[in-house]
Amino acid sequence: MGDILTILREHGPLLLIGQYPNGPLGGLAVTFVLSVLGIALAFPLGVLLALARISPFRVFYWPATALVYVMRGVPLIMVIFWVYFFLPVLIGRPVSGFSTMLATLVVYQSAYLAEIVRAGIESLATGQMEAARAVGLSYIQAMRKVILPQALYNMVPAMLSQFVSTIKETSLGYVISVNELTFAADQINSILLTKPFQVFLILALIYFVLCFSLTQLARHVERRITRKRAGAATGASPRSPRATAIAQVLP
Amino acid sequence: MSPLDFSVLLRGDYPGMIAKGLVTMLELTAIAWLLAMALGIVLALVRMTHSRVAQALVAAWVEYHQNVPMLVQIFLWYFGIATLLPMGTQQWVNRHGGEFIFATIAISLAMSAYVSEDLRGGIRAIPKSQIEAARALGFTYLQSFRLVVLPQALRIALPTLVNHTVLLFKGTALAMTIGVAELTYATREIESQSFKTVEVYLFTTAVYLGLSLLIMAGGSQIERRMRLPAR
Repeated sequence: MGDILTILREHGPLLLIGQYPNGPLGGLAVTFVLSVLGIALAFPLGVLLALARISPFRVFYWPATALVYVMRGVPLIMVIFWVYFFLPVLIGRPVSGFSTMLATLVVYQSAYLAEIVRAGIESLATGQMEAARAVGLSYIQAMRKVILPQALYNMVPAMLSQFVSTIKETSLGYVISVNELTFAADQINSILLTKPFQVFLILALIYFVLCFSLTQLARHVERRITRKRAGAATGASPRSPRATAIAQVLP
Repeated sequence: MSPLDFSVLLRGDYPGMIAKGLVTMLELTAIAWLLAMALGIVLALVRMTHSRVAQALVAAWVEYHQNVPMLVQIFLWYFGIATLLPMGTQQWVNRHGGEFIFATIAISLAMSAYVSEDLRGGIRAIPKSQIEAARALGFTYLQSFRLVVLPQALRIALPTLVNHTVLLFKGTALAMTIGVAELTYATREIESQSFKTVEVYLFTTAVYLGLSLLIMAGGSQIERRMRLPAR
């Protein structure tokens, strides 16, 4: 226990913000920035992919479905290597570790978010779309003003859990030497050499505090949404609990 | 860009490295899966008891393993907990492939949390009266769990269990970070020796994708078989 406090006192800043302001930002700050940017950029892509997944047009359906299955079936670490080797070739200039990891997370998470959004849309009663079209809205208007607002609202808890997954996934940035939390802990471990258990325990606890708080928030929001849906009988989708169940099926 | 030349995979030591990587990956997956299932069932069983302390301990176990990245759990076992073992045990473990052992432990413990949550969801869907009926018929607590509750809970939990099996399978790739020579590790080795990046990575990606799809397809096959006829 004493060891842990000493390590935190001496190396805490490296874990939290890296060498900033004397060097590049690192540690928990980079983990956080990576996951927020990752999920924020993946979100619009995920919605588009979801629309393509429910589209009757094969040109949209097949590529989106293929992408989703590839991302669900291949380890994240392989996706990282693909981006690491081929993104620089594709855009013709070197790419930093941070950008590599960010691009990977955006592609990977957009596939998972797409499945969540799709489950949300499919859980709404079909009458919603038909009614919206019947009052004269175009498909895009109906989606934007009627379907998506309801579907996305119901899916907020699932998306929060996806944010937690993203935070956990940033730890793989370590493999391509992105200056994030796991990398910082590994650096401290190589400085100290004799305290690996304490260093990695601290690392695990930091992730735990961050992710557990967000998981609890997701549960709280889920309870609120369920209550709200149960209270407001009109406009409530009778199948929304099932949608959450579908979304939770995703790893 | 030159056309793809997959014959590189058959050159020199590469077939042997790939085969060894594949076998290690499958072994890791199979052993970790069996351990995770066994432990997951025990955890779910413990959580069903009326002891508040036992329930809280299982809940803590589940939360820890679901809220810490699997990579960090592997590091904690391999770099951390390994050093706390008595010297004799450490030497024994190192002689018997410590990387593989600790990767297996970390992955199976992490996945046991997911399995127990899946089963808990399944168990909750089964009316309490079934256990009461089983007990009234003279089954012991364990018998009524094993013969009445578990078979039904497994059927309900199957879709999530399959998804988590895929997650476990994909998670074995993380073992390369501590030097387990599984498929991703072998791929990196071959890539750095041959520089045939596209071919080597395409091959491995196809293997992972193929096996993942196989698990998903197998899962839905079992689901169809196990489905009860509609009454």
